[in-house]
Amino acid sequence: MTLWQIVIAASIACVVLKLAGYLVPASVLKKPTLARISELVTVALLAALIAVQTLGAGTGVALDARVPAVLVAVVLFALRVPFIVVVIVAALVAAGLRALF
Amino acid sequence: MPAQLPPEDDAVDDDTAEDAASQEIAARALDRVATREGIAVGVATAAYGVSFGALSVASGLTLWQTAFLSLVMFSGGSQFALIGVLAAGGVAAGPSAIAGAALLGTRNGLYGIRTAPIVGRGWLRRFAAAWITIDESTAVALAQPTPRSSRRGFWVTGLIVFAGWNLTTFVGALIGNTLGDTRSYGLDAAAAAAFVGLLWPRLKRRQALVVAVAAFVVATALTPVLAPGLPVLAAALVAIVVGWSNWAGARSGTPSGTPTRGSGR
Repeated sequence: MTLWQIVIAASIACVVLKLAGYLVPASVLKKPTLARISELVTVALLAALIAVQTLGAGTGVALDARVPAVLVAVVLFALRVPFIVVVIVAALVAAGLRALF
Repeated sequence: MPAQLPPEDDAVDDDTAEDAASQEIAARALDRVATREGIAVGVATAAYGVSFGALSVASGLTLWQTAFLSLVMFSGGSQFALIGVLAAGGVAAGPSAIAGAALLGTRNGLYGIRTAPIVGRGWLRRFAAAWITIDESTAVALAQPTPRSSRRGFWVTGLIVFAGWNLTTFVGALIGNTLGDTRSYGLDAAAAAAFVGLLWPRLKRRQALVVAVAAFVVATALTPVLAPGLPVLAAALVAIVVGWSNWAGARSGTPSGTPTRGSGR
């Protein structure tokens, strides 16, 4: 697969999923299991992406400047600091640590 | 007004007209509230498009591939997931990257079931509505008290986020192209922090918290074992098992599939 094929295929999949929501009957939402699984899959994917993005290093796992940066981000989100501010601070923490050590 | 009607009917009609006028004033006030909320959410979301654009080119995508994602995929969580897996595994991880982005995109389909009755008639309008059905537009729409202000909130939010997101991710990609080594700017940590921000508002219920911790552990443990992208998909299986059995779940409570507001997508 080329990068363009990946980008186009994933984009079309996401658009089709959005369109599907406008075509299925509203009674689908009455099945709590489906709605619950959908919400939990979102949660699991995001948590897994945090893990891989924070600890992953090639085909292994590494502890580096990303870990304190993400911990700072968790604290700031808990304090209801706006999204964009937290993302910038996390970048600054990691960049600062790498510049120092 | 027919002349044969008695005068008292005239008075009643005046009252009805006044009622209609005051209802229209009240409806317009609600429209303004919906518009204001939509603008606030839209601008906040657009602001972090810069970080997506920069991270996207850092992960190996071109400026135009980044722009294509924002135009067509147009779902921040899916876009971040795609570039995250590609950054770790390259083109070889393509199938996992597509699967991850699509799985995260399924919630937009569920939002669509709720917003479909709100957005108005006509297939072209509904097609456009589906395109901009995301966390933000759905959340603002469902937070409004009347169908009319819901429709206003949906369109204002969706269109502002769409315009702003495309503009700022493009600018971010241009900046990213000039940065060089993105690690020294901490952009990899910024991506992780962005995922934390997307997850945070979804952790209000105990079951979600349990799934998040389990998924984190599973993904970490499998990263040295499986090809890039697959640990993330394996973690999604945790959610399907827990969701199916409703393990650690409450009997009742707020319905699932409700979008979260505030901290981006």
